[in-house]
Amino acid sequence: MEWEAVIGLEIHAQLATKSKIFSGASTAFGAEPNTQACAIDLALPGTLPVFNAEALRMATMFGLAIDAEIGRTSVFDRKNYFYPDLPKGYQTSQLFHPIVGIGHVDIQLDDGTTKRVGVTRAHLEEDAGKSLHEEFPDMTGIDLNRAGTPLLEIVSEPDMRSAAEAVAYVRKIHALVTNLGICDGNMAEGSFRCDCNVSVRIKGEEKFGNRTETKNINSFRFIEKAILGEIERQIDILEDGGRITQETRLYDANKDETRSMRSKEEANDYRYFPCPDLLPIVIDEEYIEQLRATLPELPDARRERFVSEYSLSDYDAMVLSADRYLSEYFETAATAAKDAKLAANWVMGEVSKHLNQTDTAITGAPVSAEMLGGLLQRISDNTISGKIAKQVFEAMWAGEGDADQVIEAKGLKQVTDTGAIEAMVDEVIAANQPQVDQYVNAEPEKRGKMIGFFMGKVMQASQGKANPGQVQGLLKQKLEQLV
Amino acid sequence: MFEKTLAELAQGLNSGEFSSVELTQAYLQRIKEQDSHYNSYISVTEEQAVAQAEAADARRAKGEAGPFTGLPIAHKDLFCTEGVRTSCGSKMLDNFISPYNATVVEKFNQAGAVTLGKTNMDEFAMGSSNESSFYGPSRNPWDTDRVPGGSSGGSAAAVAARLAPAATGTDTGGSIRQPAALTGITGIKPTYGRVSRFGMVAFASSLDQGGPMTRTAEDAAMMLNVMTGFDPKDSTSLDQAVPDFTADLNQPLKGLKIGLPKEYFGEGIDAGIAEQIQAAIKEYEAMGAEIKDISLPNTHLAIPAYYIVAPAEASSNLSRFDGVRYGYRCENPVDLEDLYKRSRGEGFGPEVQRRIMVGTYALSEGFYDAYYKKALQIRRLIKQDFANALAEVDVIMGPTTPHPSWKLGEKSADPVAMYMEDIFTISLNLAGLPGMSVPCGFSNGLPVGLQIIGNYLAESRLLNVAHMFQQATDWHTKAPEGLA
Repeated sequence: MEWEAVIGLEIHAQLATKSKIFSGASTAFGAEPNTQACAIDLALPGTLPVFNAEALRMATMFGLAIDAEIGRTSVFDRKNYFYPDLPKGYQTSQLFHPIVGIGHVDIQLDDGTTKRVGVTRAHLEEDAGKSLHEEFPDMTGIDLNRAGTPLLEIVSEPDMRSAAEAVAYVRKIHALVTNLGICDGNMAEGSFRCDCNVSVRIKGEEKFGNRTETKNINSFRFIEKAILGEIERQIDILEDGGRITQETRLYDANKDETRSMRSKEEANDYRYFPCPDLLPIVIDEEYIEQLRATLPELPDARRERFVSEYSLSDYDAMVLSADRYLSEYFETAATAAKDAKLAANWVMGEVSKHLNQTDTAITGAPVSAEMLGGLLQRISDNTISGKIAKQVFEAMWAGEGDADQVIEAKGLKQVTDTGAIEAMVDEVIAANQPQVDQYVNAEPEKRGKMIGFFMGKVMQASQGKANPGQVQGLLKQKLEQLV
Repeated sequence: MFEKTLAELAQGLNSGEFSSVELTQAYLQRIKEQDSHYNSYISVTEEQAVAQAEAADARRAKGEAGPFTGLPIAHKDLFCTEGVRTSCGSKMLDNFISPYNATVVEKFNQAGAVTLGKTNMDEFAMGSSNESSFYGPSRNPWDTDRVPGGSSGGSAAAVAARLAPAATGTDTGGSIRQPAALTGITGIKPTYGRVSRFGMVAFASSLDQGGPMTRTAEDAAMMLNVMTGFDPKDSTSLDQAVPDFTADLNQPLKGLKIGLPKEYFGEGIDAGIAEQIQAAIKEYEAMGAEIKDISLPNTHLAIPAYYIVAPAEASSNLSRFDGVRYGYRCENPVDLEDLYKRSRGEGFGPEVQRRIMVGTYALSEGFYDAYYKKALQIRRLIKQDFANALAEVDVIMGPTTPHPSWKLGEKSADPVAMYMEDIFTISLNLAGLPGMSVPCGFSNGLPVGLQIIGNYLAESRLLNVAHMFQQATDWHTKAPEGLA
């Protein structure tokens, strides 16, 4: 039996406003608990919300970027439930009239095709605080710094059919919000998190199966693993003749599994109703057109430009265009290096590798784009080889200075003096008679491969500094003379 | 001194007849001696009052006094006052010291007013008799076995008993006008949005409106001059210019068109009240007003609609009282659910719990359309009724309440009978219109209130209509017998 997964996603993106959605308190991350919670965030008696217009601007920009209907009149509703980190006893959200209506994004699949994923809606709401269970034995600490941080909840259609498609969609939305500058996209800090609705059905059936919702996953990798695991779990149950319970699940990254949190029967009745403390938000065409004029270049357009302007491959262009900061880094490095392809290889190779290994954001990379460009120039002008460049890059990453400083300090400048290289080549030929004999007696078409041995010896003797092209040329010339 | 209105006290301060400190101390002394009979104050802020009075006198000495500088008033105990308990008449907030001032309080402080204390009220403003207060009922100065009305019963009793020259109140379904009527004082509920709700603990956000409770219309105008105005901290506050509400008090009423809704003069109205209202109408006719019979056909739907909308909003507004951050918390909660259940079960009184239950039910999945949505439709019908009527007349008049004050405990067992007492006041809150109650006589020795209803933002007109009546009559000057 062939199964098919049906996946819909709800993404919560924290909007990068300076102050909260309904109060003037700061939204900065990482402050001492409850130092960024004012009387309104604490829901003191008598306090009232005042809507932050910057959150409206950001939500509208998102709507324009996904070609969505913008709600000319959107309304805040109260979602009522009790929880200690929800100070008012309700979350102010938008149920009936969201700011962003139906829109779509295009995702690029591994097979090179493009798929359109529908966005049902995106609405504004306030984030809750945090419950801290670890620090207080037998008690729960409440930190309300995050309470009232503006969120844009982006709800997709159930259009995705695999974990890979889901991740491609999340990456696309991530790229959009970071490019628009409306979300810092920091998943580790919870600025961008995802709820995954997953069901499976026999391929070809129209009816959806019962779905589960796995909440608050905060990395691309975990999203993929959680969905893969959930698909497998559901198929196992169905193949054993069981039924899928509609429920909310949690992903445990340590065990790489999802587990049940609460079933639909235990679900709250949120008693939504329009918030009487806030007026409907009414926006006009002029407001929308003003914002449309300020839209920055978006990833799809940038990808196309990278292909046409820098002759990058489709894949390279896609990877480099997704993140606003990564693409800026690439373009700066490419300009400084005067070689876009080389820059692309390095940004996607060494730079990305180091970022991943040290869990650093591109904006925090110790090697700036200009510094990288400087290094790549030294490759282009033959000062160092690509291999030595990696060694220089390591040192630059460790803070030992720019490329020229490191090359100078470590004496890594490439040897291009033909006399010096020739001396090393002669020495290696003289010291390895058996291999020279093999070479001389070998069939001509096999000799090319055999040069590698001598190359290695010469490079070793030069501590990697000899120009590999020159070495190869001299070796070939001298060995052929012996035949 | 205690018979003087705010306007007269302001003159006395200006002429140097007495200082604000003397005036304030006289009132504080009187509260000390008399309030045990009326229980009109929950907190008396003596030290703060004297300090404010001293500051007011100093301001006057420098020639910087405004019209309100040095005048003592009381605040209903749901206006947040910095450093002072703001209880809302509830055990839930008995321990709550507000760290900030309500906008209304701040405006009075800026104007140099003196706060004598915080007045008694029905718990979270839910009630029409002041009997739901955690601090015990306030009593009607005209007969201390009777209720002063509610929910602003403490403010009404304090003004009627001359324990404050004026007080703030709030009106969600009649909570300024009904107690004003029952205690023989003047009260006005302004247009929704005229007075900032910031720092006014919410009962039903779309209906709540603060306003003054005074002895005269002129005093109410002086209070409104301080209280009203756009507040950026309240999104529902009206961005409208604030006139000088005292400017048009003496406009002649010749040609004033008064509408009398037939629904306000039907069965079930106390005979004495009906008589006094008719007499008041005659008085207006004598001043040159024209009387017109009108109809507000959806009046009978106001109470059912109100008792969906108000409890629905309240059920959500009162969710923040959960024992987690401030206010009452039960002893030794075993878990989160126990904390919620007992903190709220023990902290809220029965009327508040009843309304939270009603509101929660009305908003529940499957009932929303049948109740809440329908109530909003009725709200629009009621608004339309008034719009139609006010297209033909300048003001609408009728009794503020169907009955005069009743005995403590008389209606406690029958919440619906209590709710029916607000039948003439509630529609205005649903429509957002301004309304006023002025004393217009007595029924069996108990005060009767005349309600005057006007169009949106027509407070000046209402005050003018009320003031001219008070120039022609002396009902508003009557004091309860036996006042010391």
